Amino acid sequence: MTAERIRFWAQPVAVLLIVGGVLAWVFSSRLTATEKSTLNASSLVKALADHLLMTVVVTAIVVLVAVPAGIVATRPWARWLAPVFLAIANVGQAAPALGVLVLWFLLTGASGGLWVAALPLAFYSLLPVLRNTIVGLQQVDPSLVDAGRGIGMSASGVLWRVEFPLATPLILAGLRTSLVLAVGTATFGLFVNAGGFGLLIDTGYKLNLMKVLVTGSALAAGLALLVDWIGAVIEQWFGPKGLR
Amino acid sequence: MAEKGSEIRLDHVTKRYPGQKAAAVEDFSMVVPAGKIVVFVGPSGCGKTTTMRMINRLIEPTSGTITIGGEDALKIDPDDLRRRVGYAIQQAGLFPHFTVAQNIGVVPGLLGWDRKKTADRVEEMMDLVGLDPGEFSGRFPRQLSGGQQQRVGVARALAADPPVLLMDEPFGAVDPITRGHLQDELLRLQNELRKTIVFVTHDFDEAVKLGDKIAVLGDRSTILQYDTPDAILANPADDTVAGFVGAGASLKALTLLRVRDVELGQAVTARVDALPSTVELGEERFVLVLDQRDRPLRWVHLKELAHAKSLAGAGRPVQDSVTLQSTLRDALEAMVNEGGRAVVTGNRGEYVGTLDLTTVTEVVQRLRANA
Repeated sequence: MTAERIRFWAQPVAVLLIVGGVLAWVFSSRLTATEKSTLNASSLVKALADHLLMTVVVTAIVVLVAVPAGIVATRPWARWLAPVFLAIANVGQAAPALGVLVLWFLLTGASGGLWVAALPLAFYSLLPVLRNTIVGLQQVDPSLVDAGRGIGMSASGVLWRVEFPLATPLILAGLRTSLVLAVGTATFGLFVNAGGFGLLIDTGYKLNLMKVLVTGSALAAGLALLVDWIGAVIEQWFGPKGLR
Repeated sequence: MAEKGSEIRLDHVTKRYPGQKAAAVEDFSMVVPAGKIVVFVGPSGCGKTTTMRMINRLIEPTSGTITIGGEDALKIDPDDLRRRVGYAIQQAGLFPHFTVAQNIGVVPGLLGWDRKKTADRVEEMMDLVGLDPGEFSGRFPRQLSGGQQQRVGVARALAADPPVLLMDEPFGAVDPITRGHLQDELLRLQNELRKTIVFVTHDFDEAVKLGDKIAVLGDRSTILQYDTPDAILANPADDTVAGFVGAGASLKALTLLRVRDVELGQAVTARVDALPSTVELGEERFVLVLDQRDRPLRWVHLKELAHAKSLAGAGRPVQDSVTLQSTLRDALEAMVNEGGRAVVTGNRGEYVGTLDLTTVTEVVQRLRANA
């Protein structure tokens, strides 16, 4: 129990230590004027807000698309859709995120922004949730579905009260992976004017400002680890009881 | 409570799957009498399960009619129909993420019973199948033994008090001893409830023990013989049925007799808190120690009694006991296990008497004389 608890809290504690250490180091040193224009509280908060917003929107799109698609693809009348959906999602993940992002940006011809970034990144992060929804629903013991129907549950009753709850552990595991993909690829958001920590990394690299570069990277990595941990928390809280 | 069973009538029922030449079930006609247990027994793949599943329309018949209590089952909405027909399957089919109470309460919930009525009913059902509600209602199926899960499965099937119960090899996945207990319990329940039960198994001994009537089925679910167990044991219709009945028919005949049908003996008994010195053995060499609720605990020998301080730890525990519903064959087994008399218990596990080998041999001799 205690060992489990230590492992559970180790990740957020490590993130806080690293991020806190980097920030302390940066802000305690002398900053040039150029550095100060990026490394100040308001622009850091803005980058964090942009990055989080992108992650949340991407994840929301992923869930809203992949979960219903996964459910449809496991219904007896639409089984043939599963390989089709998986193939599409596979293309999304196989294609380089940055390439898809920029192509989409060029296609829309827009000035960029949150939504131009969110759609291709969602396409890229789709596969884990879709695949796990399909696998999760497929691995539900068919005799439970039979028992449910046999005692008078409707088809949708069996889906929502038996199949879906029993698939949630896998769906949530997929969601966690998708979240991590989303938060990682959101660093590309700056290329389509969607901001995020990518902005700091880019600025630091192009202007050769080591402190800005390190801060941006550390914050991006820290956020990814934190989001992964939140995913783990969700898995624990929202998984069905009685399975372990 | 307890709605009594209703008659099930299958009339020229056929199931044909598209793309297959032979029908899975061909022209099946049968009357399952109200309040009786009818066992479908036959080799794997003979269509017995398919036939049963057409009664609650998990499989739709290709042609023919099925009536339950005079009502045409094919005209009722399938979900409604299934809420009125109890259904228990192998390995119980309990929902692993539902507690025991939630599992049992599913069908009452589907029927729109209010919370209070459902909760009362769940408790009643758990008592009925011998699971203490205080201890078990909050548990998940994983935390139960196979036999306990199966009991919950039966409780769930009975929860909405359906007149008809379909059981598809419900005790197929538990060990033989537990299976015996579950069978005894089903018979005890049926004594009270008088449901119409269609029971599918491939175990002929189980069929003999449980069935008021047995239907021996062959390929495409053709009825080879449909009769009472003793009639089938005495007069198998053909070689296939005879093969199914198998060897050892006289031992099997013992499964037709219940402990309640024979005269029981009595042992000298004493409460567990009694002083050993106060026990009067008389002619007997053993005393049977009972707990506060009269349930048998231990056998204590004359010699041990002399220097035992209390009855709680003396002698050896009663390991195997039988109930009034148990078959004589189970009793015989208990005697062999116990190395002597078998202890007989009543509905609540209380001591009612003992049974010894002489009684059983006498019964066997009488059976032979009559045959």
